[in-house]
Amino acid sequence: MAYEISEYYKKHKGEAQWQDGEYTCTRTTMWSGPGCHNGCGVVYYTKNGKVEKIEGDPYNPFNLGKLCMRCINYVEAADSNDRLKWPLKRVGERGENKWERISWDEAYDIIVEKVNGIKKDYGPESIVCMEGTGRNVIWQVPYLCYAAFGSPNFTLGFLSGESCSMPRLVTEAVTEGEFTFGDYSAHFPDRYENPNWKLPEVILLWGQNAIISNPDSSLGHWIVECMKRGSKLIVVDPMLTWLAAKADIWLRVRPGTDAALAMAMNDVIIKEDLYDHAFVEKWCHGFDDFAERVATMPPERAAEICWIPKDTIVEAARLYGKAERGAGTWGVSVDMAQCGISAAQAINALWAICGNLDKPGGQSIIRYAFDQGLAYDYGIEILPPEVTAKRIGMDLPLKQFGFGATAHSDTLLKVIEAGGVPYPIKMFWFQSTNPIANMGAEAPRLYKAIKTADFNVVVDMFMTPTAVAFADLVLPCAMSSERWSQRNWWMPTASIRKVASYYEAKSDEQLILELGKRFSPELFPWKDDKEWIDWIISDQTSKMGMTFDELCDVVCQYEDFEYYKYEKGMLRPDGKPGFNTPTGKVELKLSLFEAWGLDPLPWYQEPPESPYSTPELHKKYPLVLTTGHRSWEFFHSEHRQLKLNREFHPDPMIKMNPETAAKFGVKEGDWVWVENYRGRFKQKVKYEMLHPGVVNAEHGWWFPEKEAAEPSLYGVFDSNCNNLTTMCQNGPTGYGAPYKNQLCTVYKVTEENSKIMPTEQVTRLGGFNYVQK
Amino acid sequence: MSKNNEKYGLLINYEFCTGCHSCETACKVENKLTYGQWGIKVAKDGPRQLENGKFEFINVPIPTSLCNLCEDRVNMGKLPSCVQHCQAAVMFYGPVKELADKMSEKPLQVIFTPV
Repeated sequence: MAYEISEYYKKHKGEAQWQDGEYTCTRTTMWSGPGCHNGCGVVYYTKNGKVEKIEGDPYNPFNLGKLCMRCINYVEAADSNDRLKWPLKRVGERGENKWERISWDEAYDIIVEKVNGIKKDYGPESIVCMEGTGRNVIWQVPYLCYAAFGSPNFTLGFLSGESCSMPRLVTEAVTEGEFTFGDYSAHFPDRYENPNWKLPEVILLWGQNAIISNPDSSLGHWIVECMKRGSKLIVVDPMLTWLAAKADIWLRVRPGTDAALAMAMNDVIIKEDLYDHAFVEKWCHGFDDFAERVATMPPERAAEICWIPKDTIVEAARLYGKAERGAGTWGVSVDMAQCGISAAQAINALWAICGNLDKPGGQSIIRYAFDQGLAYDYGIEILPPEVTAKRIGMDLPLKQFGFGATAHSDTLLKVIEAGGVPYPIKMFWFQSTNPIANMGAEAPRLYKAIKTADFNVVVDMFMTPTAVAFADLVLPCAMSSERWSQRNWWMPTASIRKVASYYEAKSDEQLILELGKRFSPELFPWKDDKEWIDWIISDQTSKMGMTFDELCDVVCQYEDFEYYKYEKGMLRPDGKPGFNTPTGKVELKLSLFEAWGLDPLPWYQEPPESPYSTPELHKKYPLVLTTGHRSWEFFHSEHRQLKLNREFHPDPMIKMNPETAAKFGVKEGDWVWVENYRGRFKQKVKYEMLHPGVVNAEHGWWFPEKEAAEPSLYGVFDSNCNNLTTMCQNGPTGYGAPYKNQLCTVYKVTEENSKIMPTEQVTRLGGFNYVQK
Repeated sequence: MSKNNEKYGLLINYEFCTGCHSCETACKVENKLTYGQWGIKVAKDGPRQLENGKFEFINVPIPTSLCNLCEDRVNMGKLPSCVQHCQAAVMFYGPVKELADKMSEKPLQVIFTPV
């Protein structure tokens, strides 16, 4: 069915800006914050320097005029009186939420003085910079860390095992030397109409409710468009989501056992001779060893491990294996297990042995558009090698060899808890991250660790629990419509145009640039944020042949895309056909892992706490707890202060099978405590179709409507599923963490058992060891 | 009712409505509806398991008495906001006669004529 463009927008085709009565209309790109990982085309309607309305841009090939509810309600966020308006300096004790307004110059002066003092007394590596999910700070904060502060310690919040994307990306980098994405026609501005694109016959959606979570490369609803056109769907998900209910095959996997399932599917495809012989013989390395390894996980064995009937596993393998074109999309669930790397390896192998790599309607090999490639290591080469060598977690094999351009969060926590061995951590820079509300596993433990730092700065859009608890300075950050920037994350390259402003809020680029100039002006030569972006577009992205202004005029630009790049010598630096790996082939047996003393083949290991690995614990905590399930209304810990979003979703919800709820004496709508030996949190029961042994809790909850000052701290620990997860349980590579596979029990909230709330327990009473049931 | 007295309505292909709330939000924002008020509301059935083991999970956005088919937007040549922003692209605006023809093309569709 065609995407309709209204007469109004047809009239303004090709215009980047026009006047509509009292409104100035601007076509550009929305990227967070607040928001998500996507870069949808929007039309802003502005009046007197304020965004009054937002609409989807029907001419943007990415979203074809559609928007999700968070974007549609953007004006409530941008216009909110609760936003941070100017720099604030702490005047009371930390946690008291007492602040005074200061100027940006005063803020910069304080930072320069503190940073220089720490550098002199302890060394620059004592400063740690963090951001939350990548999005619009993916390269800016790393550059601040390396080029201004001179520290190698840039990390992704306190993300345990870096288990959001990094395990999958690293695995792809060592397997085929590239990143891949399911081919839903995203590479072409004419999308589904492009003659080179072909419809995937089957879509394998693994560990992701794509229509809600919207993965890095794509909009989840592209999958729906493919379903309309006839694609079949296999969904791997513990919960019966809308996509799972619509799927031809739903694999209701036990959280944390994805590696076993993927190994078994490979085994079926190999045993039943459904793999692509020609591709495997010509382009794959280590097939025999791989086949032998996956044969140790036949579907019978995986069925027991994964809690999926054997026949369903076989049926799914056959459907995917027999398809002429199979596209796959995978989510953080793959990463969020100790054997996340191994799960990613086995899923990646499925795509490869079925010959789906870089085939139309298969698994496209894709790079950042126009080879831009600014990411977490932007500016790292500025640091002297002896400083880079001090990066926390460098003893992990993948870090040593340059895979994963961040310091290791779990090791960072251990360094702090060891009292600063090998060196003390004196300062945190948090830019758009709220680790105690979200992302950081074992939030109460982080609370104690972060409190030990001497000086902390938080850059954000709203006052957050992290800011109240730790910050000495809070700096207001601009929203998407208030910044000159760009989105270059895969395809296309898109301009982000400043159309509004809010009090003294600054864009990430602007404040980093102004601050950077005070430390090393030669590394921050650009006049302002716009000039910096123009330099990136014109100089770093020279293949595109445009200035930033020109990009703003065309809004977004696609690079020509070709399939079968490995046949055409387009992947290797030497220009020869093949893949950019040591063997030139897709490595089913990883020669780099072999060289680093790691198992080169996929393996399965029970989650560290599970019905089988810790049966005694399971008696006490008989439910498998999975966390991090996305909701339409919120992006991680964002959007909780918006009335409209909260009308749709007022309370945190734990999803339970009705049968399980009955067994635990609770029903839909009841508030329950969810507990294990690390702590507890409360959420409201919602019935969903899950395995009766699994419950699914929401993440990112805090309550902006509650008191900010401690011990309330916006109730940040009251409903926080990360009271029950844990740091420092990573796989042998340092990657992967069991966010989605813990154990817990559930009981009804009563007045009696709620006298001390978790936040007070953590902030005032020393933590959960004092819980008396 | 349009200028030429032709009845207009919304056709919804509910086979593929994902329940994403874009229509509900677009309507609330466009029409500045207060808490608890809806110009369109998604009704949900399921997920339920059928006797054949398959599942059913249906979402249908239902226009309420507050829906005026975005009269002002339509008059300026735009689509109703719910139709434009529907992420699954399952909503269509047009004369009921045309929608009825479209409806005959496939099952699992409904037509609403809210005003």
